[in-house]
Amino acid sequence: MKDVITPSISRRSFIKTSALAGGGMLIGFNLFQACKPEVAPPVDISKLNFNDFNAFIKIADNGMVTIFSPNPEIGQGVKTSMPMLIAEELDVLWDRVIVAQGALDTKNFTRQVAGGSQSLRQGWEPLRQTGATARQMLINAAAAKWGVNPSECTTNNGVISNANGDTLGYGDVVKTAATLEIPENVTLKDPKDFKIIGKDIPNVDVEKIITGASLYGMDYKEEGMLYASVLRPPAFGQKLASCDDTEATVIDGVHSVVKFGDKIAVLAKDTWTAMKGKKALKASWTTDTQLESTEGIEKALTDLLNGNKFETLRADGNVKKAFAQADKVIERVYESPFLPHNCMEPMNFFAEVTSDRARLVGPIQTPAGTARRVARLLERDPEEVSVEMTRMGGGFGRRLYGDFALEAAEISKISQKPIKVVYSREDDMSAGIYRPAIKYKISASIKDGAITGYHLKEASVNSNMYGLIPNFFPAGAIENYQVDVANYNSKITTGAWRAPYTNFLSFAEQSFFDELAEVLEVDTIKLRLDLLQKVKGTTDERIQYSPERLENVIKVAVDKSGWGKAKSGVYQGFSAYYCHNTHVAEVAEVVLQNDAPVVKKVICVVDCGVVVNPLGAKNQIEGGVIDGVGHAMYGDFSFKEGVPQDQNFTTYRLIRANEAPLVETYFVDSDIAPTGLGEPTLPPAGGAVANAIKAAKGIRIYKQPFIKNMDTKAPLG
Amino acid sequence: MPIYNLKINGQSHSVEADQDTPLLWVLRDHLDMVGTKFGCGVGQCGACTIHVDDSATRSCLLKVSMVEDMEITTIEGLSKEGTHPVQQAWKEIDVPQCGYCQAGQIMSAVAFLKQNPKPDTSEIRDAMSGNICRCASYNRIEAAVALAATKTN
Repeated sequence: MKDVITPSISRRSFIKTSALAGGGMLIGFNLFQACKPEVAPPVDISKLNFNDFNAFIKIADNGMVTIFSPNPEIGQGVKTSMPMLIAEELDVLWDRVIVAQGALDTKNFTRQVAGGSQSLRQGWEPLRQTGATARQMLINAAAAKWGVNPSECTTNNGVISNANGDTLGYGDVVKTAATLEIPENVTLKDPKDFKIIGKDIPNVDVEKIITGASLYGMDYKEEGMLYASVLRPPAFGQKLASCDDTEATVIDGVHSVVKFGDKIAVLAKDTWTAMKGKKALKASWTTDTQLESTEGIEKALTDLLNGNKFETLRADGNVKKAFAQADKVIERVYESPFLPHNCMEPMNFFAEVTSDRARLVGPIQTPAGTARRVARLLERDPEEVSVEMTRMGGGFGRRLYGDFALEAAEISKISQKPIKVVYSREDDMSAGIYRPAIKYKISASIKDGAITGYHLKEASVNSNMYGLIPNFFPAGAIENYQVDVANYNSKITTGAWRAPYTNFLSFAEQSFFDELAEVLEVDTIKLRLDLLQKVKGTTDERIQYSPERLENVIKVAVDKSGWGKAKSGVYQGFSAYYCHNTHVAEVAEVVLQNDAPVVKKVICVVDCGVVVNPLGAKNQIEGGVIDGVGHAMYGDFSFKEGVPQDQNFTTYRLIRANEAPLVETYFVDSDIAPTGLGEPTLPPAGGAVANAIKAAKGIRIYKQPFIKNMDTKAPLG
Repeated sequence: MPIYNLKINGQSHSVEADQDTPLLWVLRDHLDMVGTKFGCGVGQCGACTIHVDDSATRSCLLKVSMVEDMEITTIEGLSKEGTHPVQQAWKEIDVPQCGYCQAGQIMSAVAFLKQNPKPDTSEIRDAMSGNICRCASYNRIEAAVALAATKTN
């Protein structure tokens, strides 16, 4: 199977080349989407402009390949895996490839970045095309030199050969290649010929990380920069009444105090002094609105679930009728708390706002959108605003939001200084954009031993599940199927948190299926497989998952985990889920120690299409599973009168080394284009653990965190 | 402001700082040694772990006035070019994801292996439980410490 790509866009608008002044060839291209640069890449390697192209390949006279990747790493390994795609089609040895970070001090550019779970999926074809195009140009240059037809030439690890047995290294022909026309059609490799894709390639930044040399936003510093520590209203919904900064301003090293909106920033010569200054502020706050507590929000969500203010996102058949005609109706409610993201690197951002321009630097996943928001806030021409990314100490969704960058811009504007806002852990945890608290009510109707209807109701804070989710399993598998959502508006800010909505919905549904199997007295695996049979051959184009791929991961998980054959004292729980284009099945193994469940192991089977870098992919999978287990077991966060009740790790519990299960990963062989891995192994983990705890202790868990809710009775509706 | 003489990674540094300034911020803001990370400021996450006279210590809780004349080692001083067996094990296992906590993890592991050169799995898991990894690279941390133990012996 040869994959001949005829791109819908002209290749001429998709990459451009130039001969480098110092020797070698430079190819400018774009990592995520084709823009249409009108310019040629620079001939001077120190003048890379990431506004025209957001990535470059340099092929030197000695054949060394340097890939200048603009995207600082957030933790998903794309800085390693994306260049692998280029190198594969370019047909060079990986040890002849250097992945370099684009310079941080360039002046006028905005780089694009995609969300973690979509990067490889979106880059799969364009990046391989880029590599293949460069390879073809090198072949064309060699063929011209030899006076032979390019189709008679082949490449192998950076060396071009012709039928006569002549060879030329890439470095020998780069000078000519740079001047050639860019070919319109290129042939991509047959996946069975891959030499780099599918191999374990270590993280390209590992050397820097283990020596402490990799620089994060928190480490970013400029001459004359002041550090800003910000006091924000302690409760969501409060406003600033007044602030006495006398004691702060007398601290040696405090530069100034800046009030903006309902916040006050203390600017100082170093971080510690700024934090001390903040603690010395004496602010008073006003409350002209009802402050919210977790109790009240939980009640509001329950009222929504029991009410009729729903929006229907999908309705198949007639759920009402199915329920009316049922022999039996099973109804369960599942509940989850708010959750903070707790990136290890607290939020921070640099800004220098002058009369000419607003220049921002820091850890952010959405530089372009943030630049637009900064421009609006400062009422500046978007052309005058730049947002540069640094390496990020985790994201998990939190760094999609530029609230901290806006703070930095505002403080710099008022103080007329280059400043960096630095959050303490307390700031980070209490000024969050939290995973919303959510409740699900799931009901199923049973008639003659079969599931005839399925009704999922969501009550969530501030926003509801995104539009694709109602088309996930079991959509299409049950004739009468309906998804309804309702919303409670809160002043507590909420947003995306690793695998939004599915991070909790999967636990609810996978627990529910387990219980349904129990009620129907069928095997929990068989229940899922039987449902999947009904989706095969569906003509419903809204259905997001592949029943065949989901069935396959389930079967492999049954096999690899020795499902049902666990040794005495080991209790297994099953879960299978599709999200972020990836199909996953997990089996959790729990043992009891002093009657308390301990998660020892999770077997995780993943179909993510082609596995580009198994070493990096397994790291994502292990992390996603343990993160899912950790938050399901321990993640707990509440509000009292608008005030977050946990502010640091003294009371907020994250999973730790001694609590982490061993994750055993299996990939399904596939030559389908790769899909995301940053998120999809997290959602099934909670359900697998809950079902294992049921097997171990006979207790069903309906509420997260599990450690606090192992004795709850089934909240029957 | 008082001046403190510090011995860090075998070199002398004199810094002018308030006596209550945590060593973490002296390292990061005064001396530009930013390999030691800020995570929580209350000694709970381990990102700021350094060695003081060979013991793993949370630099966020250590006032600069308390560490004069002590041997301070940070990630930058653990080895030249990342050649310490623990760093090599971290590389071999390909531990990091976002990487932010890893300097602290490595410093904790080095001090632990010095005390207990042949740990079993549960000793490793307990010893490393003071360091949070939000990416949850715990399986690899555990494997890397076990591997390092074979390298140091």
